[in-house]
Amino acid sequence: MPFIPHTDDDVREMLAVIGVPSIETLFEEIPAGLRVQSLAEVPEGLSELEVMQLMTERAHADGRPKCFIGAGAYEHHIPAAVWSTVTRGEFYSAYTPYQAEASQGTLQTIYEYQTMMASLTGMQVSNASLYDGATAVAEASLMAVRANRRSKSARILLPRSLHPHYRDVTLASASNQGLKFEELPYDRATGQLAPGALSGLDGQDITALVIQQPNFLGVMEEVDALTDWAHAHGALVVAVVNPISLALLKPPGQWGAKGADIAVGDGQPLGCPLSSGGPYFGFMTTRMEHVRQMPGRIVGRTVDLDGRPGFTLTLQAREQHIRRAKATSNICTNQGLLMMAGTVYLSLMGAEGMERVAAASMARTEQLAQLLTAIGGVRRTFSHPVFHEIVLSLDRPVAAVLAALAERDIQGGLDLTEYYPELGNALLVCATETKSQLDIEAYARAMTEALRAVRAA
Amino acid sequence: MSNIPTDLKYARTHEWLRTLSDGNVEVGISDHAQAALGDLVFVQLPDVGRAVAAGDACAVVESVKAASDLYAPVAGHVVAINEALSKEPELINQDPYGRGWVMRLKPDGATAGLLSAADYQKVADESEG
Amino acid sequence: MSMNQTSNRTLHEKLIFEHSRPGRGARGQWPRAESPGAGVPQNLRRTQRALLPEVSELDVVRHFTRLSQLNFSIDTHFYPLGSCTMKYNPKACNAAALLPGFLGRHPLAPVRHGQGFLSCMFELQEMLKAVTGMRGVALSPLAGAHGEFAGVAMIRAYHRARADPARNEIIVPEAAHGTNPATATMCGCVAREVAVGSDGDVDLEALRAAVGPKTAGIMLTNPSTLGVFERRIEEVARIVHHAGGLLYYDGANLNAILGKVRPGDMGFDVIHMNLHKTFSTPHGGGGPGAGAVGVSARLLPFLPLPIVGRESDGSYRWLDQKDLPQSIGRLTGFGGNAGVLLRAYVYMRMLGREGMHRVGEFATLNANYLSVQLQKAGYEAAFPQRRASHEFILTLRRLAQQYGVTAMDVAKRLLDLGFHAPTTYFPLLISECLLIEPTESESKETLDAFVRAMAQILREAREDAEHLHRAPYTMPVRRLDDVRAAKELDLVYQRPAG
Repeated sequence: MPFIPHTDDDVREMLAVIGVPSIETLFEEIPAGLRVQSLAEVPEGLSELEVMQLMTERAHADGRPKCFIGAGAYEHHIPAAVWSTVTRGEFYSAYTPYQAEASQGTLQTIYEYQTMMASLTGMQVSNASLYDGATAVAEASLMAVRANRRSKSARILLPRSLHPHYRDVTLASASNQGLKFEELPYDRATGQLAPGALSGLDGQDITALVIQQPNFLGVMEEVDALTDWAHAHGALVVAVVNPISLALLKPPGQWGAKGADIAVGDGQPLGCPLSSGGPYFGFMTTRMEHVRQMPGRIVGRTVDLDGRPGFTLTLQAREQHIRRAKATSNICTNQGLLMMAGTVYLSLMGAEGMERVAAASMARTEQLAQLLTAIGGVRRTFSHPVFHEIVLSLDRPVAAVLAALAERDIQGGLDLTEYYPELGNALLVCATETKSQLDIEAYARAMTEALRAVRAA
Repeated sequence: MSNIPTDLKYARTHEWLRTLSDGNVEVGISDHAQAALGDLVFVQLPDVGRAVAAGDACAVVESVKAASDLYAPVAGHVVAINEALSKEPELINQDPYGRGWVMRLKPDGATAGLLSAADYQKVADESEG
Repeated sequence: MSMNQTSNRTLHEKLIFEHSRPGRGARGQWPRAESPGAGVPQNLRRTQRALLPEVSELDVVRHFTRLSQLNFSIDTHFYPLGSCTMKYNPKACNAAALLPGFLGRHPLAPVRHGQGFLSCMFELQEMLKAVTGMRGVALSPLAGAHGEFAGVAMIRAYHRARADPARNEIIVPEAAHGTNPATATMCGCVAREVAVGSDGDVDLEALRAAVGPKTAGIMLTNPSTLGVFERRIEEVARIVHHAGGLLYYDGANLNAILGKVRPGDMGFDVIHMNLHKTFSTPHGGGGPGAGAVGVSARLLPFLPLPIVGRESDGSYRWLDQKDLPQSIGRLTGFGGNAGVLLRAYVYMRMLGREGMHRVGEFATLNANYLSVQLQKAGYEAAFPQRRASHEFILTLRRLAQQYGVTAMDVAKRLLDLGFHAPTTYFPLLISECLLIEPTESESKETLDAFVRAMAQILREAREDAEHLHRAPYTMPVRRLDDVRAAKELDLVYQRPAG
C-alpha cells in the first residue's frame, strides 16, 4: 500500500486510544446507504516500476518531432539550473507562504520576481502571478473596469488579432460581470490594428483598449499611437506582451506619452517547458496608483520584531479569504512554482542573455521565412515587421501540408484556417533560438516535398 | 466598552453623522468599528461632487485583516473629503469622531432612520459577541 | 523524533540584485550574439535595459539554494494544515511528468503526436468520474477557485438554458471558505449566507427559509469546513432540488471520504476537485494546482472546453465547441495544467482502487487519533461530540481568556518546535481556532511528536504566556510588522541612487 506508513500494530494502538474497534466505526456518522461498495472501474494499483514503464512507453509514443509552432507557447532553451533548483523539496513541496516566518525562501523569491517583472514591463508593481496569459487578460479587463472610475460603460475593445484563446477565455470569464467586449479589425495588408478601426469610436465611453504586442499574427503594432488614442478618449490601456520580446521591444510602461496602465501576458517563455500546455504562469504589472485594484497575491518587504528585514504577503484585504464576496478575484492558489522558475531563468539570463534570445529568435524566423517564401506557392501574408512568428499564405490547404510535414517529423506551425477563415490557407510559423541552421534548411526541404506531394494528390 | 458620543447620530453599519452649522453633515466610522478593524493602513475616499443614495458604499477602510465598506448614512453629494487620511489613515483609530472624519455631504433630504447613541450602543453590543 | 530548537537566526540571504556586478553573467546559457535581422522598427525599440541580475551561474544556484533552506516544506516538516491536505508528493509523479516526450510537447501539436499524453488525460477523466460518482469530468480549470468558477458558471448556464434566468442566488453556509462567495460574485450571482447549527451541520430550517424561485444553487463541502460530516446531506439535497436549485460540492475536503462516499451519490450536481490536495500534486509554494470539475448528467452539455474524447477506433482527440455547443466555453489558454494532471494520473495509478479506499480510512484514523490525544493533553475540541473527519478544530478561547494566549501565539511557537502551524482563524465561526489535518501520509511517531510539542506549549502558556506572545525565536525572522508592510508599501527593490 503505497505512501501509508501504518503497521498493523500502529493501527491497533491508535484504535485503542480512540476507543473504537475498527476504522470503519469512524465512518458511522455517514448514512450506510451512501457508502461506496467498490470502485471496480478504477484499475488495480501499480508499483513505481510498473507505472514508470507505462509512462515511459506513452511518452515515447509521442515522439520528438521538430516543433515550429508558437501561438502562445514557445520553445526556448531552459538552463538545467532552473528546474534543479525549483524542484528542491523546500520549494516544490512548500505551502502558500501564509506563515511568513517559515516561508522566507518563497517570499523573498516572489519579491525578486515582482521587481524583475515590474522592471521588464516598465511598470511600478507586480503581483505574484495569475493562472496564465489568457486568464490574465480577463482579470485585467475586470481590473480596468474597477480602476477606470470615470468610465461607466464597461466597454472593452479587443483586437481581432488578439490570441483567439485569450479572447475566448476573456469572454467566458468576464461576460457574467457585465463587461461588454467589442472586436477591432486588423488591416489585411499590414496585419496591424486597422487605423480606421478606432476613428469610428470618437466621443464614446470606452473603458479599456487591449493591445497585444506583438499580436497573435506575429506583427508589431504602433503602440504609441494606440496608447495615446486610448488615453485621449478616457480609456485605460491593457498591454498583452511576450516577456522575451521585451528585451528588444519598448515595454508597456513606455508606450505613448503616459504608458500603458496594466500589463499582462504569459510567462511561459521564461523557463517553463512546453509540457503539453501547462503549467505556465500569467503575469500582471501596473502603476502604483492601481495596486489596490490588482488581483492575486503581493509580497511586501517589512521588518520583524528585532528590526531585521523580512518579507510577507501584504494587501491581503483585497483577497478572497478576507474580502469574500467583494474580493478583487476569487483566485487563491496561483502558479507559484512556475513563477519561481521564471525568476531563476531571468537571473541566469539577465538583460543581455534575454536580448540574445530575442535577437536569435527573430533572426531564425526571418531566415525561415526567406527560405520558405523562396518556394513556389508560399508567400508572406502581411507586409509589416514581425517579432519571432510570421503568417505565411500557401496555395494548398494547410491541413494537408501539415500532415505531409508531420510524416517527415516536422510540426510545421499552426493552421489558421478555422481561427481566421478570411485569410484563406494561412499558416503561423515560429522559429526560436532552439532551431539550428540545419533545422531550418531541413524544414525548407520538407516543405518543398510536402507541397509537391499535396499537389500531386 | 467603546466611546459613543451622544451628540451624534449613527447607522446600523457603524457610521456616525454630525450635522454642521452650514447644514452639511460630517461622516466617519465609530470607535467600535475602528477597534474591530485594527490598525488602518489605507482609506479609499470618494470623489468630491459624487452623488450618493442612502446606503451606497462610498468609501473603503482597510486594515491588515479586513477591508470594509463605508455606507452613506443619508442621500446627498460629497462636498469634502479628509485628504489627511491618505497619508495618515491611523487618524481614524486615534480620533474616530474628530480628526478621523472621512467625508462631508450636502444632504438631499431628511436625515431620518438614524440611530441615537443609546440605540447604537445596543447594535455595538450585539456585534461584540 | 527530535525537536528542532537550533537557531536559524544567522540565516539571511541578500537580494539577488545585491549580488549583481556589471558585466557578470551566466554566459554558458546565452545564445551567440547576433543581429536580429530586419530588427525592430526604431520607434518600437527598448532603449533602457530592465533591472535584471548580473550574476554568475554559481551565484544563482547558491542564492536560490540558500533561500530554499529558509522554507518549511512537506519534504522537511509535518504540515497539519486543515483543508490543505499536505500529504507526501511522490517523486515518481514528478519523474513521469518530466519525461521528455511529455515535457517537450507543444499544446497545439497534432493529436497524432499526442496519443500517449491524451490517453493519460482520458483515463484520468475516467478515474475521477469513478471515485466521485459523476458522469462527466473536465480537467482544464487551473486551480480549485477556477474550478469553482466553472461549476457556478455551469449552474447559471443550466438555468438560462431552461429559460429561468431569474435564479441568481447562490446559498453559502456561513462557515464557507472565502472563495465560495467570491466565486458567486464573479459569476454575476449573489451570495446568500445560511446559518450553521451548533453541532456543525447546516441549519435545515434556515435553509428551507432561504431557498425559493431565485435559488440557483447551494455551495457545500462535505465534510464541512468545520471538519464534520454533514449528516443530513440527503435532506439538504432534497430541499435544494425541490426548490429548483442545484448542488455544488467544494472538493477541498475530498480526502476525508475518498473511496468511502462519492459526491455524486450524495446528490451533488457539480463538483470541483483540488488535485493539489487530494491527489497529491505539489503545492509549489503557492501553485500550480488543478481544479478538475465533475458533473451529473444534467450538466454534461455545459462542461468547459477542451475535454478529451475517445473515438470508436480507440484513438483520442480534443472535443471542441462543435461537440459541446452549449459549453460554458474555454477557461484556459490551452488544455489546463497538463504537467499537474500527469502527476495526479500517476498518483491514482499507483494507488489503484484499493489505495483509494485507504486514503479516506487512514486520513480519518490519523485525525481522530490526533484529536483524542490533543484533548487528553488539555486542548478543547470545537465539536467534541462529533467524530473527526480527516480534520478537526481545536478552539483556544479558554486559553485566550485565562492566559491571554491566542491561536496565533500557538502557531508561531510551533515553528520553533519544528512543526508548521495548522490553519488558524478559519473557519471564521469558531473563535481562536486551529484547524488540524494530519493526512494519511504521517506515521504515529510524527503525530505523537506533534502532541508532545503542543503539550509543551500548553505548559508554557500556563507558566510564561509572555514567552509565547513573542514567538517564534529560532526562525530566520521573528514576527513581521504587517501593518507597516501594508502602509509603507515596499513591493519592488529600488536600486540605490548613484
